[in-house]
Amino acid sequence: MNWETVIGLEVHLQLATRSKLFSGAATAFGAAPNTQACAIDLALPGTLPVLNRAAVEMAIRFGLAVHAEINPISVFERKNYFYPDLPKGYQTTQLARPIVGPGHLDIELTDGGSKRVRIHHAHLEEDAGKSLHEGFHGLSGIDLNRAGTPLIEIVTEPDLASAEEAVAFAKKLHAIVTALSISDGDLSQGSMRFDVNISVRRPGEPLGTRTETKNLNSFRFMERAIHKEVARQIDVLEGGGRVIQETRLYDGDTDSARAMRSKEEANDYRYFPCPDLLPLQVDAELIERLRATQPELPEARRARFVTDYGLSDYDAGQLAGDTATAHYFEAAARAAGDAKLAANWVMGEIAARLNSAELGIGQCPVSPEQLGGLLRRIVDHTLSNAIARQVFEELWRGAAADADSVIEAQGLRQVSDSGAIAAMVDAVIGANAQQVAAYRAAPEAKRPKMLGFFVGQVMKASGGKADPRQVNELVAARLAEDA
Amino acid sequence: MAIQRADIEKLCYLARIDLTEDTAADTAAGINRVLELIDQLRAADTAGIAPLAHPLEETQRLREDRVEEKVDRDALQAVAPAVESGLYLVPRVIE
Amino acid sequence: MHDLTLAEMCDGLARRAFSSIELTRHLLARIAAANPRYNAFITVDEAGALARAETADARLAAGDAPALCGVPIAHKDIFCTRGLRTSCGSRMLDNFIAPYDATVVERLAAAGAVTLGKTNMDEFAMGSSNETSYYGPVKNPWAPDCVPGGSSGGSAAAVAARLAPGATATDTGGSIRQPAALCGITGLKPTYGRVSRWGMIAFASSLDQAGPMARSAEDAALLLQAMAGFDERDSTCLDRPVPDYRAALDQPLAGLRIGLPAEYFGAGLNPGTARAVRDALAEFERQGARLVDIRLPHSDLAVPAYYVIAPAEASANLSRFDGVRYGHRCANPRDLRDLFMRTRAEGFGAEVKRRILVGTYCLSAGYYDAYYHKAQQVRRLIRQDFLDAFAQVDLILGPTCPNPAFAFGAKGGDPVAMYLEDIYTIAANLAGLPALSVPCGLVDGKPVGLQIIGNYFDEARMLAAAHGFQRATDWHRRQPEALAEAGA
Repeated sequence: MNWETVIGLEVHLQLATRSKLFSGAATAFGAAPNTQACAIDLALPGTLPVLNRAAVEMAIRFGLAVHAEINPISVFERKNYFYPDLPKGYQTTQLARPIVGPGHLDIELTDGGSKRVRIHHAHLEEDAGKSLHEGFHGLSGIDLNRAGTPLIEIVTEPDLASAEEAVAFAKKLHAIVTALSISDGDLSQGSMRFDVNISVRRPGEPLGTRTETKNLNSFRFMERAIHKEVARQIDVLEGGGRVIQETRLYDGDTDSARAMRSKEEANDYRYFPCPDLLPLQVDAELIERLRATQPELPEARRARFVTDYGLSDYDAGQLAGDTATAHYFEAAARAAGDAKLAANWVMGEIAARLNSAELGIGQCPVSPEQLGGLLRRIVDHTLSNAIARQVFEELWRGAAADADSVIEAQGLRQVSDSGAIAAMVDAVIGANAQQVAAYRAAPEAKRPKMLGFFVGQVMKASGGKADPRQVNELVAARLAEDA
Repeated sequence: MAIQRADIEKLCYLARIDLTEDTAADTAAGINRVLELIDQLRAADTAGIAPLAHPLEETQRLREDRVEEKVDRDALQAVAPAVESGLYLVPRVIE
Repeated sequence: MHDLTLAEMCDGLARRAFSSIELTRHLLARIAAANPRYNAFITVDEAGALARAETADARLAAGDAPALCGVPIAHKDIFCTRGLRTSCGSRMLDNFIAPYDATVVERLAAAGAVTLGKTNMDEFAMGSSNETSYYGPVKNPWAPDCVPGGSSGGSAAAVAARLAPGATATDTGGSIRQPAALCGITGLKPTYGRVSRWGMIAFASSLDQAGPMARSAEDAALLLQAMAGFDERDSTCLDRPVPDYRAALDQPLAGLRIGLPAEYFGAGLNPGTARAVRDALAEFERQGARLVDIRLPHSDLAVPAYYVIAPAEASANLSRFDGVRYGHRCANPRDLRDLFMRTRAEGFGAEVKRRILVGTYCLSAGYYDAYYHKAQQVRRLIRQDFLDAFAQVDLILGPTCPNPAFAFGAKGGDPVAMYLEDIYTIAANLAGLPALSVPCGLVDGKPVGLQIIGNYFDEARMLAAAHGFQRATDWHRRQPEALAEAGA
């Protein structure tokens, strides 16, 4: 008998504001410990919160992107618990009245279909600090730089049925929030963290007991953690046991999970409206202003890439999904004057090189303008594809400012003078009488393959600079002539 | 509604206040006196009345997203009980 | 010199009749002599006061002196003062030095006031007798065996004993008005949102409000002028124009409609207090005000609602005291739980713990609706009572407290008996309304306070009414016999 998996996600998304949700301290990553935690973030007595406008607007932008209702009045509450990384002893969050109400997001399934995932709500809240455990002779060190960083927590309905769907949803969400520029989407820095609620059941039966696996910070870990937890629950149930409702921690390094010990014991968060903050009112005018200035989202961009650039739906999808990639592609296409060529290079050479160097598109050593400049020289037949790769290598190494200076310095201009190419073709044909004879004796079907030998020889003789299209034509013509 | 010793212990844990054996009885008695007082609320007819969280029904003002705080860590940590390398030290955190 | 009112000191300083240094030295000397008797100050900042006085004298000499230039005042130890200990009356903060000034402190400094020191108070402002202070109780200058009231008992006693002409204070359920009444001085709790709460250590955020204590309405007006106004650091501080309170003092009382709530004159009111208040009301009538009987039907629910809402908010506000970043920390914590539990058990006194636990209870699963939600509904009913009343009257008058100052230990171990001393003051906090107390008589040699509750942001009218009363009476000029005899 088979099992059904039921998954709901809670996504903590760090908003890309300059300052914190309730204080004017900076939010940048990587500062020395506690140098970005001001008196308010440290909860010194007498300090008070004032809400960041940008965080509110970002939350609204998110809500609009997932077709959600924006609540005209939302309320901040205090979630009370003691933890050394939580300076006030409560987290300021939203519960009963979140800023973003119900919405939805459609994901594409591997079978080509799509699925609507309902979003229960999204609310604004502050992040906590971090505990460091190494190097403090058995104690922990608390760094509160992250305390007070604005988050939106996005809560889905339990509409996801597999790890793959969960990952597809997470990636789609990532694409949207980066398109909106409301988050840097840097998973490695914890900008997007996933809590996964998982249960299994027999088809047709009521929902099973769920567990929550917390703080997954990569798509791969999320996928693995879900597989692992689903398998564990099925094992438990098939062994006659019962799933215990608990919070679990997944360790990506060891690909293992365990139940959490602290924090969750006897929790009673005693939520109540934060008396230091007043109800947040969002008027229709603000919503309309944000709606009017909403950046293009991946789905719309994909459609535009198909119509504007004549890309295939698949290619458009590849390029439009990630905003940085899409921007890179569009800039390169503009500079190249040939969108399809730019698309091929961005998805081919660039993607492969970035992948092996483990770089993001934002860190690509070749700017889209440089790439476009290079591609322009393919379009105008100055460079063959092979030489273009050579030039690309120079650009990647940072050895030159643009393709043209490499071409100039190394004399790489493609030979398209038909007289010069004809001479090289003649020389190759003259020097390879045996192959010529074989070619001419061969049946028609085999000839195109054999033609490659001569073309290769000519290209080699030209140092790769001959225009391969011309070489092909001339070689074929010459071999046919004398037959 | 009088609360019992076990409830007091749970409350003390939630509020992270150690309950010493010699004051436990007084603590319980004091709390029960206050509960008698606030139980008078039960008689109030509040059907259909919206709760009032703030005396003035104003809405939240927003701050522009600017970095305005210059953090002087040394000054802020001068009042800290235990710091090392800029971090606040606590007994080991176990998750 | 210490018998001068704050307004007279301003005047004398401006005329260079005496210098700020002279005045400050004089009051510091009085504090040094009298504080062991009253315990009104937790911290005296002699060096800081003299330095500020010197600066003030220079400004006075240069002729660019702001309103309160050179006038010595005291701050309740709930306001953060940069570089000067802020204890909030608690062992928890016995070693705490804030790296910033509260807005109230900053504004009074900007107005030229000289800080003499920090006054004693009930721990975290939780108390009506000053008996909960970690630093020991304050003695009432009128009756040394009696409490000064609380929580701003130190400020009240300092002003009553002429150790300072004025002081800052805070009022969450009566903490300005009740000690003002018990110590025979004038104290004003402004409209919620009138004065910034930044840097003022929170007890119950939706109820707390800072205000002045002084010997007269005129002096209170001068202090409020400097304290009031918008502050972008406090989300609950409102951006409304601040009127010229002193200029408005001379508005006549004639034609004023004064509401007398039946609920404030019923059982439980000390007959002597009732008589003094009635006499005061007669004076208002004599000056042309019209007395109107009104009802505040939900008055009996104010104390129960308050003792849900204030402890609930406090339970969260005081969670930050965990021994991690500042304040008391227990010795050798075994683990995190021990760190939190022992630090807080040692750092807080019994009343603070009780309120934290009650607040925790009212918010906990299964009780929220019965207590917290219900109390908030009652809060709306109470506010509505006042809105209805202010549709008919301009001011509401009555006793500030049911009784004059009581003896130390008189409330024994019964917290509720203590809470009921605030029976007439708490409703104004729940509604967010401004209210003040002025001395209006003596019962057995102990002062009685008359409470004046106003409509939102109507402090000018309230101060004018108080000033009109004080022009015709001398209760505010009376001083404890011991002081008068000492001729100090």
